[in-house]
Parts: sequence; C-alpha cells; structure tokens
Amino acid sequence: MGSDSISAKRKFHIGAMGLLIALSVALTCGLTLFLIGYILASGLPHVTWEFLTTSPSILFGRIGILPDIMNTIHIIMATLLVVLPLGVGAAVYLTEYASNQRLVAVIEYAAETLSGIPSIIYGLVGMLVFTGIFGTSLLAGALTLVIMNLPTIMRTTQESLKTVPQSYREGAFGLGAGKWRTIRTVVLPGCMDGILTGCILTVGRILGESAALLFTAGAAHKLFGLFDGLVNQGATLTVALYFYAKESGEFDVAFAIAAILMLLTVAINFTAALVGWWFKKRRSL
Amino acid sequence: METAVQGVFLILGLITVGCVLLITVYLILSGVPAIWQIGLFDFLLGSTWASTAAEPSYGILPFILTSVYGTAGAILFGVPVGFLTAVYLAKLAPPKIKVVVEAAVSLLAGIPSVVYGLVGMLVLVPGIRRLFRIPDGASLLAAIIVLAIMILPSIVKVSVTALEAVPKEYEDASLALGATPVETYFRVSVPAAKSGIAAAAVLGVGRAIGEAMAVMMVSGNVANMPSLFQSVRFLTTAVASEMSYSSPGSLQRQALFSIALVLYLFILLINAALNFFLKRNKEG
Repeated sequence: MGSDSISAKRKFHIGAMGLLIALSVALTCGLTLFLIGYILASGLPHVTWEFLTTSPSILFGRIGILPDIMNTIHIIMATLLVVLPLGVGAAVYLTEYASNQRLVAVIEYAAETLSGIPSIIYGLVGMLVFTGIFGTSLLAGALTLVIMNLPTIMRTTQESLKTVPQSYREGAFGLGAGKWRTIRTVVLPGCMDGILTGCILTVGRILGESAALLFTAGAAHKLFGLFDGLVNQGATLTVALYFYAKESGEFDVAFAIAAILMLLTVAINFTAALVGWWFKKRRSL
Repeated sequence: METAVQGVFLILGLITVGCVLLITVYLILSGVPAIWQIGLFDFLLGSTWASTAAEPSYGILPFILTSVYGTAGAILFGVPVGFLTAVYLAKLAPPKIKVVVEAAVSLLAGIPSVVYGLVGMLVLVPGIRRLFRIPDGASLLAAIIVLAIMILPSIVKVSVTALEAVPKEYEDASLALGATPVETYFRVSVPAAKSGIAAAAVLGVGRAIGEAMAVMMVSGNVANMPSLFQSVRFLTTAVASEMSYSSPGSLQRQALFSIALVLYLFILLINAALNFFLKRNKEG
C-alpha cells in the first residue's frame, strides 16, 4: 500500500511520534554512554596498584582503598550467608508447602512491601534494631541488607521453582521419596538458576548500597580479617565514595572508586546475562 | 520429620511478614513521641525547620513539598522518555539493537546512586549554575534531573513487560484495517497496556521519593520551601543529613524518626497503588 493513501494529518502524527521515539531512545542511550565514558575517563587514570592494595595513611600522605574493598567483600559474604537460607526457604514454603491461599497472599504482599521500602528507612531501622545489639559494625550492616534483599532472593527462587516440571516431583513421589527428600534432591537442584540469579542481583545491590549502610556499618577505613571485620565499623566502596566526595572533597579518589564500581557493575550484568543464557541452553537440551 | 521440616519452612515463609511488622512497629514507636510533643499540625504544616536553633522549630512542610515537587518533576521528565523508549524496545527495535539498548538500560539501573550523585555534583550542578547564572547550582532542578535519570530504567523495564504482554491479535487486527505500525502501537497497544504503564509510573514515584544519597549530593540540603533554583531538602535527606550529629534521645533525633515515619506512610500508599495497577494489568 502506498503512503499516498494516508492523509496529511495522519502522516504528521506518525512522523511526530516517530521523531519523539527516536529522541527518547537517543537520550537513553546517549546518557548511558556519557555516564560510562565520563566516569571511566575521570576515574581510571587514578586507579593504581598502590591505590588498590594499601590502606589510607596520613603519614605517607596516600589514600588506598584496600580496606573498603575488603569491607565490601565481607559484607557481601555475610549477607548472602544469612539471606540465602531465609529467602530460598520462604520461596520453597510458598511454592511447595503452602496450601492456605490467604497466607500466601499475605506473605507475597509483605515481600512486595519490603521491596518498595527505600534504603534510608532500612538504614534507620537497622540502626534502631541491629546496632543496638551489635554496635555500629559490618554485621549490623549485613543484617540490614539481609532484610532488604530477602524479597529479591525469594522472587527469583520462586520463579525458578515454578518452572521445575510437576512430573519431576511426581516421579520422585512415585519412587517412594517423601516431600522433604523430593525437595532436597529433585526440586532444589532444578532451581539453581533462580538462586544463582538472585545471588548476582543481591551482590549488585549490595555493591551499590550506601544509605542503608551509613548508619549501620559506619565509615572506618581500617583493614581487618573476616571475623574481626564483621564486629568492627567499616565503609564499603560506595560509602567510602560518598565520604571522599562530599566530606573531604577528594574527587579524584571518588572518581577512581566510581570507575571501579562501574566496571564491577558491567561485570555483574554480564555474569547475570551469561548465567541466564547458560541455564536456558541447558534446559532446552 | 516431615512435619518438623514443614514447620521450619513455614517459619521461613513468615519471616518477611515479621520483617514488615518489625519495621512498622519500630518506626511507629520511635516516630510518634516527637509528633505528640510537637503537635501533629505544627509538625506536618509548620514551614520552618530549625532543629538546632536556640528556640527549635520542627515544621516539615518544606521537606514534604520538596519531596512531592521533586518526584513530580522527575516523573514529568522520566516517564515520557522511558515510555517512548519502551515502545521502541517492545515493538519497533530490530532484535540486535534491542539487546544492546536493553543492556544499556540495565547498566543504567545498576549504577550506584552515589555515582549518580558524584557526576551530578561535578557536571550538573556547575552546569546549572552557569546556564542560569545563579550563585549555586545545587538546587531542586539538579535533583529533579538526577532523579529523572535514575528512575528511567525501572520505567522502561516495567513498560516493556506490559507492552510485550499485549496480545498480537489486537495489533494484527489494527494493521489489517489499514493503520500504520506507529498508529497501531499508540492507538491499540498502549491503551491495552495502560495499567502496566501506570504501574511503571507509580514504581518511578516510589523510587524517586525514596532516593537519598544522590539527592543529598546535588540538592544543597538547606531547609527552604521548594523553589526550582534554590537549595532544598527532601524527606530522605532531612533524615540522612542530621542523623549523624543528633544526640540519641533528643527531640531532634526523635523528630528525624517522625520524618521517616511520614516517608514510610507515603511509601505504603504508593505500594498499595502499585499493587492495584499490577493486579489490574494481570486481569487484563
């Protein structure tokens, strides 16, 4: 059909909409490119081996971010260790056990509410509840992050559990396995992709989190091992970035951290895509 | 054994409910006393916040209005751009471009908020100062722009999901009647997906109103009544900026918890709206 048969008014409408769409897409992509380019260009020149592997020292007049890196790793490990059993367990209950639909609705509504609460409120409640018990420490921060990330792990696991074919469960039951044995040996191995995706998303969220950690995990830059680290204060990379930029005006350091965070974000997104693709391929075999 | 395991899983399932209750109870317990002491009307409608003055005044109307205006501004910029990008991704984009743009959008979603704040501080704030010739660029406008960019990815993602769920028959019917693709997408697909797109906007509202760190870095943080080119303070930043130096047990700290309680009530309302739209979207 020729475009001659379309009236001028319609042509204008189509053209205008097309133009607006093109502008929006260009804006979205342009912004992403600008942000990546600007952050990497301003940050990477300041990332040196010494910067990555030392603690800050006034004596030597240097700023190193090794303690912040270690704090980030410790807090990620501690959070995952607690949130995984809780989140996976809750998802298993919802998809495998729950028979009371009203209870399921309440739990799911609670999870949705949790995922909508802003991190500053988690920070405050974490401060009230966990720092009261453990003091301002990485552990208090990690426990705050556990509540925050519970809905993520729950949702990804739940979605994955729903894709485990019913016939697998029936097969296991048919062979005489009890419910718990079936879940442990058949259902859970089948939903590893959801659990793994949940973990990756959680790691990404912890990496970017600052408001919830400001009042719970503190802002120290001291180097500790895992167990000493958990009971002491410590800044993660994002919190350190905030203090270097806002409080001490060390913009070079802030940009160097931003560049590292940016690269880690890219790596995490890439891993998540890879995991999704790998499991999809395996499943279609 | 089986009943014991089932009991354990039931407890794990109830933990989320417990967390929500814990947060609600703690916020109410620590937020209500100050409101009681200050008076509900003076607290919510008072227009001066001077928590450290000799005669302290605790009115949070400036924060409430700043949060509302800031969020509205972010939605005004963010929703149209995000929505149109979503139409492109869901309906028009060739598969290869779609993959690239979607990767860009999820990267945008993954950037930590302090990084947005940092770039805003060093690029946007000086830019606004020079462009509008004002003494300080840290302003409501800077916060609105940063928020608009930050909510973009969630708006795009939720809208794409809603648009992709529109039955293909609707579009085929419209195309067969002689409408062009662009007309079809705007006159048929978009109205069919309108609950999902509304949900995307509401999700954006929730994200924008709850953002603290990025906003703190670009908005100047003075407790003014909101005005586009002035330094302002949001509900979130009011809590974050004074929490570290308020002394425990003081009325100042208690008032900060009351602000958090007000913010929490906003969020609960937004969540209820979000659920309403998502449910309607599912029912078609």
